[in-house]
Amino acid sequence: MSRLSRRDVVTATGAAAAAALAIAPPEAAAQQAPPAAQPTVYLFFNTDEVAFIEAALSRLIPADDQWPGALEAGVANFIDKELNGAWGAGERLYRSGPWQPGTPSQGYQLPFTPAELFRTALAAITKELARAGTPFAKMSGEQQDAYLRSLEAGAADLGGVPSDVFFAHLWDAPVEGFFSDPVYGGNRDMMAWKMIGFPGAYASYYEVVDQHGMKLDRAPTSLAEDSHGHVHVQPVIPAGQR
Amino acid sequence: MAERLKAVDVVTVGVGLTGAILGKELAATGLKVVGLERGPMRDTVPDFQSPAIHDELRYAVRKALTQDNVKEAMTFRNSTGQTALPMRRWQGFMPGNGLGGAAVHWNGLTWRFQPADFVYRTHLEGRYGKGFVDSDLTIQDWGVTYAELEPHYDRFEYLCGTSGKAGNIKGVVQAGGNPFEGPRSREYPTRPMKEPYYGALFRKGAESLGYHPFPSPASTLSEPYTNPEGLSLHQCVFCGFCERFACEHFAKASPQTVILPVALKNPDYELRTGCQVLRVNLDSTGKKSTGVTYVDAAGREYEQPAELVLITAYSLNNVRMLLNSRIGKPYDPVTGEGVVGRNYAFQTMSYASVFYDQDVVINPFMASGASGTVIDDFAGDNFDHKGLGFIGGAYISATMTGGRPIEFHPTPPGTPSWGLGWKQAVARHYNHTVVLTCHGSSHPMRGNCLDLDPTYKDAWGQPLLRVTFDFPQNDVRMSRYVTDKAVGIGRAMGGKIVAGAPRERPYDSTIYQTTHNTGGAIMGNDPTTSAVNRYLQSWDVPNVFVVGASAYPHNASYNPTGTVGALTYWALDAIKNRYLKAPGALVPR
Repeated sequence: MSRLSRRDVVTATGAAAAAALAIAPPEAAAQQAPPAAQPTVYLFFNTDEVAFIEAALSRLIPADDQWPGALEAGVANFIDKELNGAWGAGERLYRSGPWQPGTPSQGYQLPFTPAELFRTALAAITKELARAGTPFAKMSGEQQDAYLRSLEAGAADLGGVPSDVFFAHLWDAPVEGFFSDPVYGGNRDMMAWKMIGFPGAYASYYEVVDQHGMKLDRAPTSLAEDSHGHVHVQPVIPAGQR
Repeated sequence: MAERLKAVDVVTVGVGLTGAILGKELAATGLKVVGLERGPMRDTVPDFQSPAIHDELRYAVRKALTQDNVKEAMTFRNSTGQTALPMRRWQGFMPGNGLGGAAVHWNGLTWRFQPADFVYRTHLEGRYGKGFVDSDLTIQDWGVTYAELEPHYDRFEYLCGTSGKAGNIKGVVQAGGNPFEGPRSREYPTRPMKEPYYGALFRKGAESLGYHPFPSPASTLSEPYTNPEGLSLHQCVFCGFCERFACEHFAKASPQTVILPVALKNPDYELRTGCQVLRVNLDSTGKKSTGVTYVDAAGREYEQPAELVLITAYSLNNVRMLLNSRIGKPYDPVTGEGVVGRNYAFQTMSYASVFYDQDVVINPFMASGASGTVIDDFAGDNFDHKGLGFIGGAYISATMTGGRPIEFHPTPPGTPSWGLGWKQAVARHYNHTVVLTCHGSSHPMRGNCLDLDPTYKDAWGQPLLRVTFDFPQNDVRMSRYVTDKAVGIGRAMGGKIVAGAPRERPYDSTIYQTTHNTGGAIMGNDPTTSAVNRYLQSWDVPNVFVVGASAYPHNASYNPTGTVGALTYWALDAIKNRYLKAPGALVPR
C-alpha cells in the first residue's frame, strides 16, 4: 500500500491542486486537537424542541467506543441552522395548492415548510408525551428507540403531520448534518468523514487513482480550512461550537 | 403589454448543449441569433471554483444547479386513472437551469446508440418475428439511420474530446474497445481514462465470465485536448464531483468549455439570460411562427420576432413549450391519437452492491462521473432475446461517480435503517464496497405520456407539465434479467456479500434514477405518429425545430447525451444546407 504525501500531490497535479492544498496542509489538520465543545446556540428550536432533538440524535446516530455520534458532531446545531434559514423556509419546494394526499410514489404533499413541519410535529409530540407522563428526553434508550419506531411506522397524527412523514425528515436531517461539510455546523472536526475514510473537498487524485487499494492515510479537508487547519464556519451561520 | 423587439433571424429557446451548438453555428453563417436562457449567466470562472464547488449539501442534496421548482415544477402520476400531483421537490431527476443547462452538471458519459435502435421495430420484427414485442409497447423506427448519424456522433465526440477506446472502426473490431458498438469512422479523440480500482475489479470479474469489458466513454478528459473550435480542455483529476456539480478544472465537456466562448465572441450572437420564454408565437394561419414571447428577470414582457425558432430546452420543457404554444396535436392516451406528449420514456436503472472485507480498499471518491469499466454484452439487442420474454437490456458498469457520503453510504441487506447498527455498518462498508450499475433501456407504452396539468400552474401562470409514467412489464422483466447478470459479476469479483436490486413497479418519483427523460416530441417519417420529421422540424410549423432527447421514439440502454449531440449536428446540417436555402417543410406532409 502506498502513502500519499503532500509533495506527491503537489508535484503531480500542478497548480489547481497546489492551490487547494495551500489552504489545507494535512499535517496541521492531523495534529490539531479538537477544540472543547461549548453549548450550542440555538436560533430556531425552543427549549422543549432542543430536549427532543438532542435526545433523538443520540439514538438515531449514537456515539460508540470508537466514534462520536450525531449529537457530538454538532448535528443539532446543523439542523437548527438549516431550519432557521432558506431550507426551513421552503427553498426549492413547490408550494402552490391545491393540497391533497397522494401515493407514496408522488412524494411530499403537505403545505408545511420544513420549519413548519418540525415545529408542528414537535409541539404535538411534546404535548402527547406530557400527557403520558414521560418526556422523550427522560425515557430510557430502549423506550426512546421504541417511540422513534412508532413514529416511523406512521401510526400517529402530529397536528396534521403523519408521524412517518415527520420521521423521514427527522432521519434525513442528521444524515445530512453528519456527512456534510463542517462549514454548515455539523460533522464537527470532520469526525464523520474520518469515521468512514472520506477525504472531503480535495481537488485531485490523478496520481493515485491507479494505485489500486492504497490507503489514503491523511486527514480530510473542509471547504473552509485556512492554512492552520481551522475550519471557518460561515459567519452568517453561527455554529456556536467554536 | 409586451414590448416588441427588433426582429432577428433565429431565436433559441434555451442555451444548454443544443442551443449553444446551434446558436454558435448559425451565427457563424452571418445570421442574427438570439439565445434566450431562463436561468443565470454562469461560467467556470468565477462560478464553479474550488473549494466551494465541492459542496455535497448545496449542489447534490439541495440541488443548487437544478430548475427552480418554487417557480416551475411538474406534476406526476403513475397512470392516467390517478390525479397527478406536483413533484414538490426534485428527487427522481434533475432538470438543469442556467447557462449550459444540464450539460453543466452531467457526468460526461458519452455513448452512441446501437444501429438497431434507429430501426427498432423493423429490426426486432426481422430478428424475432411479428408478435414478439409486447402489444402495449409503442416502439417505432426513428426515421434516421445510424449510418446517417455517424458523422454527427463523430463531430460531437471531437467537440467534447471524449476519452475512450474504439471497438469498431469502419467495421473492423478493435481489441480493448466495445465489440458490440456500431462502426466508427475513427478512434476516440483522447485515450481512455485511467482505470480506478473498482473498474479493475469489475474488468477481472467480467472477463472471468467471458464478457467483454472496456473503458467507459468519458467526456471528462484523460489528457489535455484542443477541440476543433480551438478551445482547450484540461486533464481530469478524478476529484469525484461531476454529477450534480460543475467542473472547476475545465476537464469536463460542457457548453462553457467546448463551444460557448466561440459563440459569445461573434457579434451576430446575442445571449440573454434570465429570460423565461412563455410561448412560441404563431401567425393567424397557425402554420408559421412569428417568434417568441418572454419575460425577463425583472418581470418585463417582450415579444422577440424571429424567422426561425429553435426549441432547445431540456427535453421535458421542449414538450411543454409545444403544448403551451399549441403547436402539434396533443397526444391522447385513450385513443392513441395525437403526437405531442407521445412515447415518453425514461430509463430503467438497477444496481448490484458488492461488499468486500476491509482489506480491499476501494476509494470510491477517486472518480470522475464517467470513469470506470463497462460491458455491453447485455445492452439493447446485443444478445439473443428468444425465450426471454422481453426486449431491450442494459450496459453493466462499475462507474461510481464519487464517494460523497450524504448520498453514498452503502450497507448490506439486513442492516438496521438507523441507530448504532446502521452507523457501524456505514463505517464498516463505506470504503469497501463497489456498486455496479445496470443502465437499462426504457420502452414507451400507450399510457406513458406528457400533457398539460389541468390544475397546477407555474409562477408565470402557465400550466405545469403533467408526467404519467410507470415501468412497462417488459422493462421490469428486463431489469430482473440484467440485475442477475450484475450479481453474477459481483460474485466473480470476489464480493463477500452481493446484493442485487432490480427495478420494480411502481415508478417512484422520490427515488433518483437518472435525468434521462426522453420522448414527447418524437421524430419519425409519419406525421400521425411523430411530432417532428427526421430533421427535428415540426410537421405543423416548419419554421420551428425541436432539438433534444424529446425526439427519441424510445430510450436505449445508454446515457442519451451523445445522441442528443449527434441529432443536434444532424438537424444543423439540414437547417444550414437545406432549410435556409429554401425555407419550408423539408419533408412533405
